Amino acid sequence: MTIVEQNLIELRGVSWRAGDGRAAEIIADVSLGVPRGKTVVLLGRSGSGKTTLLKLINGMRWPSKGEVLVEGRATREWDAIRLRRGIGYVIQEAGLFPHFSVAENVALVPGLENWPKEKIAARVKEMLQLVGLKPDEFAQRRPRELSGGQRQRVGVARALAADPPILLMDEPFGALDPVTRAELQREFKALAERLEKTIVFVTHDLREALLLASHIILLEKGRVVASAGPEKFLRLQHPEVLAFAASLDVRGGAA
Amino acid sequence: MTGLWSFMVEHQSEILSATLEHVELVLIAMAAAILIGVPLGMLIVRRAKLRALALGIAGIFQTIPSLALFGFLIPIPFIGGIGKRTAIVALTLYALLPILRNTYVGLTEIDPAVLESAEAMGMTQAQILFRVRFPLGLAVILAGVRTATIITIGVATIAAAIGAGGLGTFIFRGVALVNDSLLLAGAIPAALLAILADFLLGRLERRLRVT
Repeated sequence: MTIVEQNLIELRGVSWRAGDGRAAEIIADVSLGVPRGKTVVLLGRSGSGKTTLLKLINGMRWPSKGEVLVEGRATREWDAIRLRRGIGYVIQEAGLFPHFSVAENVALVPGLENWPKEKIAARVKEMLQLVGLKPDEFAQRRPRELSGGQRQRVGVARALAADPPILLMDEPFGALDPVTRAELQREFKALAERLEKTIVFVTHDLREALLLASHIILLEKGRVVASAGPEKFLRLQHPEVLAFAASLDVRGGAA
Repeated sequence: MTGLWSFMVEHQSEILSATLEHVELVLIAMAAAILIGVPLGMLIVRRAKLRALALGIAGIFQTIPSLALFGFLIPIPFIGGIGKRTAIVALTLYALLPILRNTYVGLTEIDPAVLESAEAMGMTQAQILFRVRFPLGLAVILAGVRTATIITIGVATIAAAIGAGGLGTFIFRGVALVNDSLLLAGAIPAALLAILADFLLGRLERRLRVT
């Protein structure tokens, strides 16, 4: 059981297909582990199954084959609501509630968990400061009154509010301009290291993967085709790794 | 025009009481249609079979010509007969489709990213319905109520044909007696009611819209 002890999240031979079982497998026989406090980046093209894999971890999908363990327990055995409230979730464009203020958005999960009012208010303030937003200036704003980068910061604050041990992030910085993106990536890396969260981060951007990952897992058509630490990843010879490596080459085609 | 004006002044108390009667019919029917349509709309958000059935039946009521619908209801025991009750049932059935359809559309046409994050945050389906879908869909639901109210104000004039009273009484009498003043004494207040309802509900709708 030592593996379970070490890996906060573990997938064992997981496959997933939509609907009645005749559909093609979106995820095919994936096994991987995410050690406590580490950031595993799932890298792949659009449609490679990255997002589905995230949804298999927080019980928004259940495996058709194999099992997904969170904190050593299969997601099927978890109460889905309990499981999700212990896992922060950040998506592209943040998915903030437009009818809630910034403070109400951040307070969502603590509120669902019935924290006392004063504790929630203090936590909201703390979280906004943590992601670099002045509470006095931003707490009462609506999401539409924020820039894309600010919205994404609120998204991170909301995901961290109830202090979940796990964070799932689905291309959280994908819709931002390159300068803002780089800024948020750097800040997020520092934050993740400081808070010691266990993170699964989905991206199609190799540069982002190399920056943030403790470990990179490359997916192609629902299968794991490469798996390595960031320092070794670019030395792998799998064609999909080479394809991604070529995307880093700004001169284009000269390799 | 002077003839019409003096007629309306002369009969102002009758016109006023017919207008109030008309408003009463509309308000009761609308209240019933909202109490049925909105919860039913919530119920069909995640139930495809019930959705097809409910929208289908509400659609059928809407396509029956209004006078025929009043006629159909008269022989039915308990809800039928001559008078207000039958009229209210018919008006309610008529108003149902716009309310039901807009409730369903308002609750379902929501940014998928918002619904995905609500689910991922660990909200239950009931919490998502009442705290996310409903407030975000409210303006669209209200647009349905507005459409239904305007339809009902119009159709309610026909209710006079089955003895339910209201402004239609003047219109039918005016047609029968070929008396323009009498006819317009019903038609003008009915039109003004519809315009007023459209204006007020339109303002409320804009205020509730979340951008």
